[in-house]
Amino acid sequence: MCLVEVEKSPKPVASCAMPALPGMKIKTNTPIAKKAREGVMEFLLMNHPLDCPICDQGGECDLQDQSMAFGADRGRFTDMKRSVVDKNLGPLVKTVMTRCIQCTRCVRFASEVAGVQDLGMLGRGSGEEIGTYVGKLMTSELSGNVIDICPVGALTSKPFAFKARNWEMKGTETIDVTDAVGSNIRVDSRGPEVMRIVPRLNEDINEEWISDKTRFCYDGLKRQRLNDPMIRGPDGRFKAVTWRDAIAVVAEVLNQVKPEEITGVAGKLSDAESMMALKDFINKMGSDKVLCEGNGPNPPADIRSNYLMNTSIAGLEKADVFLLVGTQPRVEAAMVNARIQKTVRATQAKVGYIGPPADFNYDTWHLGTGPDTLVEIAEGRHPFCSILKSAKNPVIIAGAGLFEREDQGAVFSTIETVAKKFNVTRPDWNGLNVLLLHAAQAAALDLGLVANPTESVKSAKFLYLMGADDVNLDNLPADAFVVYQGHHGDKAVYRANVILPSSAFSEKEGTYENTEGCTQWTIPAVPTVGDARDDWKIVRALSEVAGAPLPYDSVAAVRSRISMVAPNLVRVDEREPSVISAEVKPPVKQQVSPAPFKAAVENFYMTDAITRASKIMAQCSATLLKK
Amino acid sequence: MLPPAARLAARRLLGLASASASQSAARRLSPSPISSPAAAAATGYFSRTFSSALNYHIDSPDNNPNMPWEFTKANMEKVNEILSHYPSNYKQSGIIPMLDLAQQQHGGWVPVAAMDAIAKIVGVAPIRVYEVATFYSMFNRTKVGKYHLLVCGTTPCMIRGSRDIEDALLKHLGVKRNEVTSDGLFSVGEMECMGCCVNAPMIAVADYTKGSDGYTYNYYEDLTPKRVVELVEMLRRGETPPRGTQNPERKNCGPAGGMTTLLGEPKPPPCRDLDAC
Repeated sequence: MCLVEVEKSPKPVASCAMPALPGMKIKTNTPIAKKAREGVMEFLLMNHPLDCPICDQGGECDLQDQSMAFGADRGRFTDMKRSVVDKNLGPLVKTVMTRCIQCTRCVRFASEVAGVQDLGMLGRGSGEEIGTYVGKLMTSELSGNVIDICPVGALTSKPFAFKARNWEMKGTETIDVTDAVGSNIRVDSRGPEVMRIVPRLNEDINEEWISDKTRFCYDGLKRQRLNDPMIRGPDGRFKAVTWRDAIAVVAEVLNQVKPEEITGVAGKLSDAESMMALKDFINKMGSDKVLCEGNGPNPPADIRSNYLMNTSIAGLEKADVFLLVGTQPRVEAAMVNARIQKTVRATQAKVGYIGPPADFNYDTWHLGTGPDTLVEIAEGRHPFCSILKSAKNPVIIAGAGLFEREDQGAVFSTIETVAKKFNVTRPDWNGLNVLLLHAAQAAALDLGLVANPTESVKSAKFLYLMGADDVNLDNLPADAFVVYQGHHGDKAVYRANVILPSSAFSEKEGTYENTEGCTQWTIPAVPTVGDARDDWKIVRALSEVAGAPLPYDSVAAVRSRISMVAPNLVRVDEREPSVISAEVKPPVKQQVSPAPFKAAVENFYMTDAITRASKIMAQCSATLLKK
Repeated sequence: MLPPAARLAARRLLGLASASASQSAARRLSPSPISSPAAAAATGYFSRTFSSALNYHIDSPDNNPNMPWEFTKANMEKVNEILSHYPSNYKQSGIIPMLDLAQQQHGGWVPVAAMDAIAKIVGVAPIRVYEVATFYSMFNRTKVGKYHLLVCGTTPCMIRGSRDIEDALLKHLGVKRNEVTSDGLFSVGEMECMGCCVNAPMIAVADYTKGSDGYTYNYYEDLTPKRVVELVEMLRRGETPPRGTQNPERKNCGPAGGMTTLLGEPKPPPCRDLDAC
């Protein structure tokens, strides 16, 4: 389709394959070029079925567009069109292989970006077809992207099949919160319903891809939602009440407990505004027990470089040696893993990995499973040291799963020793990275939600869970009053006394900071469900009734309060690197325990309230994680 | 004047009608011109033929990825010899010769386990080997006979009667195309031009009876339906028929009854004296 006319060339030239030369006279809009394109178009359509009306790609189909622009109004092909057997690529990608025009974009994507060599071009001539030959599923956490890159309707979204046409939907450019990458997405909605999620180009974060979890978690936004404020009655059942009653009950209990018995826990999907409000509110009530789940007993919140990805995600491409400590990027942050894969593929960078046995889609050297291997490297006794020593831009990535360890301080000081020894942190290169797990984590650490979860929960008589479902409530006193503010009826609801419904990321305006320290906003795409409200507004209303009103009434006012605590959180779409080096950190006296590192994410497809409510994600875990 | 689409439809209908009209009276009696596939194939309307081999694998007891498969010791030496032709970072260049070797070793066809084994040797993903194996029609991915008879179906041979040769073979052996005889000895396939057009029609016989060491791939040319059946019977008896032209009057690709031209030294071109150069 790229044929152009070049002066003094006897026939049309394929512009994609022809190097531009000085003095070349290229004509793109002449009758010869048009006729040549029309001819190519006729060949492309020769075996392509005429089923646009029943094809999900209709309206956003490259072939349709090209055919409108360059095609003829009739064809001369009167033979039978060929047909191809459909392939089973798993629960996410629907295939109608007869529509395939053999562009092999999906084959290239699978082998070059996703790093799984499953797809191939089989056969030859008119018998050619895309497939896996042995009937394998495409087991990649990025497999959904083949839907976007397929120029025709051969590979389409299975959950989205026959649900909506692309011109019926409203696109909202927002960000994803299912992991700490903050992938840029477009939420396509029709009325109050999120119909699908597609990626948006951001070269610094997710390039043009998103993970399957990001793309297909949207059906979780429609299930298990909390609609109304609810209070658990004496019979143990929830009863829907008005906001006024619910908040009055919470405020009354709040004023009966001692200040040090109040604990607030922010969940992994919380935005910065709500965490700011929660922290201000709990502090105002006289308690300092505010924390964000996943940050562990003693998070390194004092110096920003201790919990951010200091190279930035795009900066990983400059690295030539990776050392992954207690992290499996493939399941923790699929887009970061795609960067590492890209780097390894382009420069043959070496990757060393310390942690439990895991699947990687590039060559890794499994160095060991626990901190003892790390100590060996720090002391220069491990064979991997020679690789680290000869590296120009070495990168260490430590997983946020390490935050949960008791010996977190000692592990990180060992990592810093390794970093110092092998020149990982230099004035011109800071390769010491932490890969966070949740969307809320970086902002929570910026805002100082750093209380110890075990102690705070153990001593709590009033526990305020703001979307926190994965915090361990085993040690919670039996007489504690639990308020659950969130958008999904997930794990923590079983223990809650009062439920306050809030809006999900697709329904609110919120600030999130990703793992590299880039601040981004979500934009509301659909209206909230039922009687739900924005998180920070609920906290603000509660503070009023509890007698300790917070001094802000609008998002702008909350943000100006945030700018006093963490000014980087109001500079949107900017990555603010840490300016203070880790050198100023006080020495750690803790001993490293020999316990091996654990996997931080057990099931890639189900990590938070939204993905756990999603039926598609449940299907994925059932079929794709089958061993 | 009809609109273009209607004109096109009318022309198509006309084409169908005239094609079926040329058929026998029995066929003309059938309710619709393309009701029976045989009739449709005979009309030439669906005459485009595709390779009958599937482009995907179906597990079976004798062909599945869990089957153990490796090169024999002798063939492993050959594999190393093949790999020595290529730089160590381009080992995948050896896929085609190794598939050929695997096919000879495995009685004329390559099971999926063999492709996996080759992928392992050259260090690529198995799908890359599957791509190669499905691309080349001479790699058989399903069982063939010990003698795999390939009838050339390209135009010169076809004009000289290759369809009759194939019919004679199929009838004599009692099989369909790409089917193996019950004794596992013969199978008949079709292939494209082997460059023997001057001796058309021809067949090629791949002999897998003696493994990869005694493997031969011989052409039998200037065939007649009678002669090709004789050849099959000779092969069945374990004899080795003389390869090449089966016309006793011809020598290789020379004319029957000896040369008629080019009998002496060719004369130099009259325009210049070559000796003077």
